[in-house]
Amino acid sequence: MPSSLVDGNSLLALDIGAANTRAVLFDVVEGEYRFVASGSAPSTVDAPYKDASEGARNAIEILQTILGKTLLDGTRNLITPSQPNSMGVDALVVTLSAGPTIRTVIVGLLKDVSLESARQLAESMYARIVEKIDMSDHRKPDQQIDGILRAKPDLVIIAGGTDGGASRSIQKMLEPVGLASFLMPEDKRPFVLFAGNEKMGDKVKESLEAHTASLHFSPNVRPSLETEDLDPAQSQLANIYVDIRKRQIQGVETLNIWSGGHIMPTGYATGRMVRFLAKVYASNKGILSVDLGASAAVISAGFKDKATLNIYPQFGLGENLTGLLNHTSLDDILRWSALDISTGVLRDYLHQKSLYPSAIAATKEDLAIAQSIARQALYLAMQSARRDFPKNAARIKPNLVPLFEPILAGGGALSDASRPGQGLLLLLDAIQPVGVTTVILDQNNLLPLLGAAAAQNNILPVQVLESGAFLSVGTVVSPVVSAAYGTPILRAKLSYANGSEARADLKYGSIEILPLTTGETGTLEIQTLRNADVGFGPGRGGKFPVSGGALGVVFDGRGRPLDLPGDAVRRRELIKKWSWTLGGE
Amino acid sequence: MQAPVNHITGFTAIVRERVLPVDGTVFVRLNQKINSSEVIAEAKMAREHVLLDVARALRMHPDRANRLIKCKIDDRIQAGAEIAVGKGLFPREVLAPRDGRVVAVGGGQVLMEVNETKIELRAGIPGMVVEVIENRGVLIQTAGALIQGVWGNGRIDSGPLMNLAEKTDSVLTSSALDVSLRGAVLLAGMVKDAETLKAAAELPVRGLILSSIYPSLIPQAREMRYPIIATDGFGPMSMNSAAYKLLSTNIKREAVINAEIYNRYTGARPEVIIPLPISSDPPTANEVETFAAGLQVRMRRPPAIGMIGSIVSIKPGSTLLPSGLRAPAAEVKLENGETVVAPLVNLEVVG
Repeated sequence: MPSSLVDGNSLLALDIGAANTRAVLFDVVEGEYRFVASGSAPSTVDAPYKDASEGARNAIEILQTILGKTLLDGTRNLITPSQPNSMGVDALVVTLSAGPTIRTVIVGLLKDVSLESARQLAESMYARIVEKIDMSDHRKPDQQIDGILRAKPDLVIIAGGTDGGASRSIQKMLEPVGLASFLMPEDKRPFVLFAGNEKMGDKVKESLEAHTASLHFSPNVRPSLETEDLDPAQSQLANIYVDIRKRQIQGVETLNIWSGGHIMPTGYATGRMVRFLAKVYASNKGILSVDLGASAAVISAGFKDKATLNIYPQFGLGENLTGLLNHTSLDDILRWSALDISTGVLRDYLHQKSLYPSAIAATKEDLAIAQSIARQALYLAMQSARRDFPKNAARIKPNLVPLFEPILAGGGALSDASRPGQGLLLLLDAIQPVGVTTVILDQNNLLPLLGAAAAQNNILPVQVLESGAFLSVGTVVSPVVSAAYGTPILRAKLSYANGSEARADLKYGSIEILPLTTGETGTLEIQTLRNADVGFGPGRGGKFPVSGGALGVVFDGRGRPLDLPGDAVRRRELIKKWSWTLGGE
Repeated sequence: MQAPVNHITGFTAIVRERVLPVDGTVFVRLNQKINSSEVIAEAKMAREHVLLDVARALRMHPDRANRLIKCKIDDRIQAGAEIAVGKGLFPREVLAPRDGRVVAVGGGQVLMEVNETKIELRAGIPGMVVEVIENRGVLIQTAGALIQGVWGNGRIDSGPLMNLAEKTDSVLTSSALDVSLRGAVLLAGMVKDAETLKAAAELPVRGLILSSIYPSLIPQAREMRYPIIATDGFGPMSMNSAAYKLLSTNIKREAVINAEIYNRYTGARPEVIIPLPISSDPPTANEVETFAAGLQVRMRRPPAIGMIGSIVSIKPGSTLLPSGLRAPAAEVKLENGETVVAPLVNLEVVG
C-alpha cells in the first residue's frame, strides 16, 4: 500500500454505520481529487450476519455496479493496490460507528476536575457512562467493586492527579478497578485507559495490567489544575475503540487488515476534519458540524484555540430510541410536529423504530414523527455539547450558542430530508444558530470519510471540500431580539451581481427568503430594528458579501432561544407556514 | 438486496443455545434426549463482595499482614471465622463478617464473595443435545413450528396452547381468564391493562402470546414470573395473519414460549416453538434471503404495518415514496388485496 497519495492514487472509504454501510470512491479527475460515487447496503453487524465486512462487501459490490469497475476479487476480497487493468483501489480507510454502546466506567479524583475530564473523554466516543468513582464517593471499596461488576464495563477511563501530584489517592482509586477486573471472566475484562498523573505509570501497571483486557496510557488530561488537554487521550481512545470493536464484532479485523490499520471511529474522524477546518479557515467564529444518525448524535465544534467533540449514542435514532424518553418527554418531542399526533402513537413509534433502525419513513405521518424526534434529539445533543464550548467563544448572548461559520450537517436524519428546506428547518429548530452563518448539507455524508482520509492524504479532503460535493443550503441570518409576534425586526437588501436587487422585511416570528442560487454571489445589506443583533452588536446593521445556495438567503426571525407558542393548534399552523416558506409542504 | 427473515414456519429444524451466565456444571451429555423441565446445568453465583483490609485492621504493613492471613483463595469460610490475628498480649483479630468464599488474597487484604445463590438452568426446549459447551450449557435441537416475535420479558416455560383470541385483533381481559386455563400457554391478542397480566399470574398461566404490548405495560410485564411474548410490536397492533394462523391451528399441542429479550447483536429473539414428531430431520430455515418477486413479506413500518403480503416486483433503482424520500422499493400485494410500494428496508421475509 502506498504511503502517500499525492501521485493521484484512488482511495476507497468505507463507513460502517448502525443502519447502513457505505462505500465511497475518491479519485483524481482532471488533476484534482473528487468524490466519484458511493454505494450503500444495510449494515451487517447485527444477527444473523454478525460480520461487519459482509455489509462492506455488499456496499462495494453496489459501488462496482455504479462505476462499472471491479474492486473485489473472486473471493470478495478488496483488490489493492489498483491493477494496470484499472481493477481495485490504491488505498482504503474505514470509519466505524456500528455496534453496541461502549459501557464505560469513569474514575477521577475530583468530581469537577479530573472526573469531568474523564466524562468529556467518554463523550468523545460511542460510550455510555455506567459507573462513576471519585474521591467524594462514600461507598466502601467492596461496594465500588460490586458497582463495577454490575456495570459490566467494556472500558474504564481513569484520570486524576496533576503530573507529579497526588498519587496515594489515585492508588486507592485503582484498587476497586483492579479487583473488579480480576473477578470478571477473562474474555469480559475491560480495556483501561489511564490519563492521569504520568508519574503513576509503574503503579498503574502493577495494579491493573494483569487483570485488564489491555492497559493503555495517554498523556495526562490535567497536567495541572488550570490546564486540560484531551486531544492525545482522545486519539488513544479512538484506537481503543477499534480494539473493543474487534473483540465485539466479527469482520472489523478484516477491515483493519484491508485498510492497513486506517480505521477509526466515525465521530472521531468528523472531529479531526472539523479541527482541520477550524485551523485552515480560522475566524472569530467557530465551525460547527452536526451529524445525526442511527448510532449517535455527533456534535463537533472547532474554535480558534479549542476543538470539542461530543458523541451521544443516547440521542441516536436507532436502537437507543426508547431511551430518549429518559432525557425528554413525549410532549417536548411533539412540539416540533406540524401534524396532530398523539403521545401514544409517538411512544409506540419509538419502541417499534428501535427494533428496526434501518427502516425509513414511507408515509408523511411517519416522516413527521421521525423529523420531530430528530429535532428533539439534535436539540438535546446541542444543549449537552454547549457546556464544553469554550467560554471565550464569540457569542451574542451567553445563554445562546456561539457564532458559527459555517454549520455543516450530515447523518441519515439530515441527508434523508426530502428537500433541503426540510433539512434546514430541522437544523434551525434544533441548533438555533445566531447571527449570520452559512449552512452546508453533507448530503453524501463525506465529512467523516475525509477526516479518515486526511490521515493518509492531506490534499484529498481540501480538494473534495472545494469541489462542490457538499450542498450549500444558503446563508442564514438569525437576529437576536425581543419583540412581539409580527413586529418588524429587520430590513434587508440583496444586491445581485447583475445589478438587480431584492428586499425583505422580516417580522418577529416569521421566516423570509431572498433567492440567490448556487454559484451566484451578492451583497447583503442589513438594517436592524428594535435593537436586533445579527452579530454586529445590538441595533447595528451591516453590509457584506454572500454566496448562494439551494435556498438562497434565509432570514429566521423567530427569536433566540426559539419560543414556540404553547397553543398546539397555533403552533402547528406556524410550523406548517415556516415549512412552506422553506419549500416544504 | 439481502432480506432479513422473521421465522413463522410450520415445520423446521430448530437449534438453540441454552447456557449459564457464569461457569458451572453441565449435567447432560451429547445426544441425550431431554425434556423442557429438565435441569441441564447448575452454577453458583455470588452477588456481593466483601473486602477485608487486614493490614489496616491490624495496623501493620501489608507485607506483614499477608503473613498473618490464615485463608487462601477458594477457601469457604463461615461468618465469625478467623481471617487473621495480630501479635502481642492483646492481639487484634479480623473475623469473617459473613459466610463466603475467598477469591483474592494480597496487599494485606482479603476479598470474599458472599451471598452466593444457586442458578439452575432448565432445558426449556425439549429435544436432543447436539453440543455440550463445557461448563456453560448445551445446544439443543428439536423440530416443529417456529413463530418469532419482537418483544419478550426474559422468561421461558411450556404448556398446552389454548386460544383466547378469536381474531387477530382480539383483546384479552381478566374476565376471560378462568381456572380451566391454569398451566396453559395462551394465544391472547392484545393486553391493555396490568390487571389482566396479574390475573394471568394468579392462575397461573405458563405463558402469554400477545400480538403487541403497550409500552406503558412493559415494566409490569417484565415483573411477571411467566413468559410473555409480543409477536408484532407495540401499542394497538393486530397479530400478523401468518403467526395467528399457525398458532391457532396448533391448539392443545405442547408449546414452548421462550420470551428471550431481543438482542440484535446476538440474534436472540423471543419465540414460540411447537415441537412436532418427526420421522426425519427437516431442513433448518434460512436466516437470510434475497428480495425477489413471490416472497412472502411482513411490513415493518406504515403503511399497513404488521401486514403480510407478497412481493409482486422489485422496482428498478430508487423509488419516490409518499413521504418524499427515495429508496430501493418493492411493489407488495397485501393480504387484503391492496397493492402498496414499500422500501425494501421496511420489509422482512416471513418463512
